[in-house]
Amino acid sequence: MLPRAEIAHWLFAAGFLFFGLVVLAEAIVGPEVFRRRRWRAYLWPSLALTAGIWLWLIAIFSTFSTLHLLAHSLWAQAATAAGAVQLAVIRDRLHSSYWSLVTAGALLVSGSAFLVHEQNGWLFARSAFLHHLIGWTLVISAIFPLGAALLPRRAVWAYGFAITWIAVAVMLFADRDIAPIFGHLSDLAGGGSR
Amino acid sequence: MNELVTSHAEPAERSRTWRRGFRILAVEALGPITVLGGIVWAFAQPYRVTFFYPEEKGFWDWVVQPPLLVVIVGLLFALVVAPGIVDDLESAERGDAPAG
Repeated sequence: MLPRAEIAHWLFAAGFLFFGLVVLAEAIVGPEVFRRRRWRAYLWPSLALTAGIWLWLIAIFSTFSTLHLLAHSLWAQAATAAGAVQLAVIRDRLHSSYWSLVTAGALLVSGSAFLVHEQNGWLFARSAFLHHLIGWTLVISAIFPLGAALLPRRAVWAYGFAITWIAVAVMLFADRDIAPIFGHLSDLAGGGSR
Repeated sequence: MNELVTSHAEPAERSRTWRRGFRILAVEALGPITVLGGIVWAFAQPYRVTFFYPEEKGFWDWVVQPPLLVVIVGLLFALVVAPGIVDDLESAERGDAPAG
């Protein structure tokens, strides 16, 4: 009854798409207007913490390889840490813009985990291609929270962060367990189950 | 004052009004654009929607249909999140206190 990996990826894609839309709306109207209703201010941290909890569950149930278990655990930790810090920021427990560095670190670690745990080349299969693409996207997008920490008044960081998650959602929606990428599909894709 | 001599406040006010209008339009458009994206995707790749190809599909294929997920996310944002943001943007311009 456990869902296939691609099903879990699409569910996460939906969550990331919603998260991206929420963060994009905050970038458009500014945090002062966006946080006028408290429940809206809590969306960012609660969605990140929820993603963390689901990633822990996947780490528990998706035990087909140690590398996947470690990668999912890393993503779970990164999402939980970023969500917890953002929750403290929203509750006025943390004030410095430098706390945004935690989100930058989470993106960097998450992207690196994607790149490290994908053992195959870009054109091995679609999932391998997307692992590389999402990994590099997350690594490069760490510049947005980094910029928010160093130059917090620039709106461009918030727009970049939001668009990153919408892009990651699109990539995850494109994921299939076994599918070609640009006409390439290794005979070894799927572990010989085809 | 005539049409050649205007106060400095007028262009600034026009610019502020235009910016606010653009922000409202952008926030209100996010949900419908997402819904439209999901619908276009469903027609472009109908095999991603289990309703169109129901043969040999399991429980999760019925629950998770990617284009429909996109439509649901767009609707959720458009109906639950966006209206309050637009209201708050307008009330912030008027200088009203936050609704809480």
